[in-house]
Amino acid sequence: MNATTKTPNASGWKPEMTPASEDGLHAKGYWGPATATGNRALMLEEPLLFEIGRTNVTGVDLPEVNTDAPNRLGGLERAEPIGLPGLTEPETVRHYTRLSRQNYGIDLGFFPLGSCTMKHNPRLNEKVARMPGFADVHPLQPRETVQGAFEVINELAHWLITLTGMHGVAMSPKAGAHGELCGILCIRAALEARGDAREVVLVPESAHGTNPATAAFAGYRVENIPATDEGRVDLEALKARLGPDVAAVMITNPNTCGLFERDMKKISDAVHEAGGFVYCDGANFNAIVGKVRPGDLGVDAMHINLHKTFSTPHGGGGPGSGPVVLSEALSPFGPLPYTARTADGVVHLVEEESADAFSKEHFGGVMQSFGRMTAFHGQMGMFTRALTYMLSHGADGLRQVAEDAVLNANYILRSMEDILHAPYAASGPCMHEALFGDRDFGGDLSTLDLAKSMIDEGYHPMTVYFPLVLHGAMLVEPTETESKATLDQFIAAFRSLVERANAGDEAMKQAPYYAPRRRLDETQAARKPKLAWAEPEDD
Amino acid sequence: MRYLPLTDADRGEMLAKIGAGTIDDLFVDVPEEARLDGPIRGLPMHASEMAVEKHMRKLSKKNLAAADAPFFLGAGAYRHHVPSSVDQIIQRGEFLTAYTPYQPEIAQGTLQMLFEFQTQVARLYGCAVANASLYDGSTACWEAVAMASRITRRDHVVLSGALHPHYAEVVKTMAKFTSDEIAGAEPAIQSTPDNAGLISRIDDQTSCVVVQYPDILGRITDLSEVAEAAHAKGALLVVVNTEPVALGAIKSPGEMGADIVVGEGQALGVGLQFGGPYLGLFAVRDPKHVRQMPGRLCGETVDAEGKRGFVLTLSTREQHIRREKATSNICTNSGLCALAFNVHMTLLGEKGLRQLAAENHRLACQAADRLAKVPGVSVLNDNYFNEFTLMVGQDAREVVHKLAAKGVLGGVSLGRLYPGVDRLSEGLLVAVTETTSEEDIEALANALEEVLS
Repeated sequence: MNATTKTPNASGWKPEMTPASEDGLHAKGYWGPATATGNRALMLEEPLLFEIGRTNVTGVDLPEVNTDAPNRLGGLERAEPIGLPGLTEPETVRHYTRLSRQNYGIDLGFFPLGSCTMKHNPRLNEKVARMPGFADVHPLQPRETVQGAFEVINELAHWLITLTGMHGVAMSPKAGAHGELCGILCIRAALEARGDAREVVLVPESAHGTNPATAAFAGYRVENIPATDEGRVDLEALKARLGPDVAAVMITNPNTCGLFERDMKKISDAVHEAGGFVYCDGANFNAIVGKVRPGDLGVDAMHINLHKTFSTPHGGGGPGSGPVVLSEALSPFGPLPYTARTADGVVHLVEEESADAFSKEHFGGVMQSFGRMTAFHGQMGMFTRALTYMLSHGADGLRQVAEDAVLNANYILRSMEDILHAPYAASGPCMHEALFGDRDFGGDLSTLDLAKSMIDEGYHPMTVYFPLVLHGAMLVEPTETESKATLDQFIAAFRSLVERANAGDEAMKQAPYYAPRRRLDETQAARKPKLAWAEPEDD
Repeated sequence: MRYLPLTDADRGEMLAKIGAGTIDDLFVDVPEEARLDGPIRGLPMHASEMAVEKHMRKLSKKNLAAADAPFFLGAGAYRHHVPSSVDQIIQRGEFLTAYTPYQPEIAQGTLQMLFEFQTQVARLYGCAVANASLYDGSTACWEAVAMASRITRRDHVVLSGALHPHYAEVVKTMAKFTSDEIAGAEPAIQSTPDNAGLISRIDDQTSCVVVQYPDILGRITDLSEVAEAAHAKGALLVVVNTEPVALGAIKSPGEMGADIVVGEGQALGVGLQFGGPYLGLFAVRDPKHVRQMPGRLCGETVDAEGKRGFVLTLSTREQHIRREKATSNICTNSGLCALAFNVHMTLLGEKGLRQLAAENHRLACQAADRLAKVPGVSVLNDNYFNEFTLMVGQDAREVVHKLAAKGVLGGVSLGRLYPGVDRLSEGLLVAVTETTSEEDIEALANALEEVLS
């Protein structure tokens, strides 16, 4: 059977065929009568902690406070009530379990959020991160008692350097944007070290918002790089703009249109010739890991989102981890603590105290770290997970990861391009994500309506309205951890939604119907911000 | 390969659908000379779950876990007992494997949790509004400095000498790239913080004064006079807290007039984890400053049926909307750590938090009294919560290593925090929490006596 004609309804259950817009109850979001509780069987409403908890209740067993005991608090005792309600353990577990069920996660279903690489999070990673030798060690313990932790950092650094073909790696950045900042600050430090005051950073319009925000923070003026009709950096226009004022070019490769920048090496060569540096946003490294080494393309600095390519969990918005691999030219400027491979092939962890000696021994005294970005060593809990993942896949498995991620994305691209605007499909294959636009939608339906309707079909929507270069952008990133059956079912559902959108099905404007909440009023939230709970005022 | 569901048959069918002969046809845009012809050399091939676990366990065994020794380290990271249900809840896949709640209709779990978390943090800090978390305390500290400069339109920053030196380093590093001028100092070895000296450094160019409470030496002092002095000059008071449990016993920074309160939330729910991931807390006392805040904010609203719900809001401050004009380049926060904090705080409640704080303080007093009896040792602090500075009469770095050789993790030497500052070299920071037993205190006292004699 052709994938595109396969039913999206694999269980064989036949939905009632009444169009949503003609059914009053359906339009209100439910099929049956209203319930007294507002619950709908497994869909359970949950009050706020502040509405169910009490400040004199606790779920831990601790000794009663002896207020008569002498203290050394210097008369600063906290006298006023704090207003922190507590729950016993059974109430706590139920409160959060109920809340969890109002969330969509990878564990629950397909999550094709473009640019975010929502791949399966292996549970071995979680088990390893919780081993007492990793989870229960203090960052300032005497070094002789944490050799295993340094070995993890060194081993992970070795993998990152080898997979990217780079020279050094700064391990401490806390997330992708923090890594970007690290890379740009290395570039600025390197330029300043040679007395070169450049003012401009070039960023493509399709870049993540963090790129221009980072460059602006580092004190640079941001200018856009034009793109070709094929969705790639316009090499000739870039060359024409390069000059003695350009400090760096920030390029995402594969880019946010899901395309590999074919001219990457030529771009790097041109930037280097003009005396600048090349920053690569590594958010999309999953597409090329084990297939291409960014170091071979002339990249000077690239952050790696361990929470994307290397499977550490996204956790509802963090924590991430963003080590930055550096070229030989930038390595001496990385932040402390810092990891570098020396000529003998050994990877070293360098902190403030050892920096001078290390610099004299291995960098001819030129090591000029730009400083410290965070209190301790970085996201150790993510390092153990990422290393566990790398060891599981190995060099061969990681290569297969990239191949399957790209294969899955192209499968979606070619299964959709006949009914959905796919501006770059004609120019060749995509990488790990497929980009579509809403050009052919009927009525006044938009990408947002399709995304919200996708929620009703049981999927997390793709990334929408990003990149900014395409009207109504829909960026679909399946990742390699999805089966063909999952993709086939998704494609069938996606096609049915596109057909409804192209036909101008007005019911889509009210979606989602079946989620724990209907569309939320974001305007009201911003106009009268209510950012903390307060006791309701008496009428 | 256990994480890859595609079979070779699937791959063949899919390539046929795509119209590609081989997988390499999908990589045609990569210049041929840059394409690798096989697995990268120098790295091992794939391995079974059992083999990987064995390897990682071996590495973990090379570390001395805090639970396996009398343990007294603090200095910005504190070891507390985390109830079992915290870790169970954060491992629920719906929390663990969710993304940033950009589709609020299917992310109410994360969003409601963040709303609760923001409220808990604001109340703990004595503030009006807290954000949905930042990377860690040190980066939150820098964000507070940057925010103060935006609000006051000034760029002279006064750092207390008793601010955690790593935090001060982060601020100084970031300020190299802005117009901010940072005036730092090292702590003076004295029993109470030098508020008068700090106040004398504030002038009408000052954007903010940054003070740690309890400070790096464990001392606590009423900050009201510093707040008044700062406000009199039109400057803001930024208070940094690295031990949130303390605020179950002592006045909140907001009560004493702090304008921005930031801190490290790791002590509740998150654990030590060799330094990360941790949890940056960030709150403001005056709600009018909300639009200058960095990071994500969760707000209450209603859905199309009028039901209460939560969304990320005021995102016009943020990089994905404002790009180069954003208040910060931050994207990711510490969502899962915020959940751990939220759950742990819910289990404690106000009653449990106060009990926990009292127990920490009781044991800390007991430890200080016992350790002061060791010949050659004195306690520097007049006041403290659960951490204090011991003066040991010799280089404390050496003392720490000798204690470790005796199986005691005895604290953090000031020499480790301030390498090269001789007058601090004899200081040893000792932290005591509810996890410290009387036997642990006795073990440290005895080991210290042997090491110093």
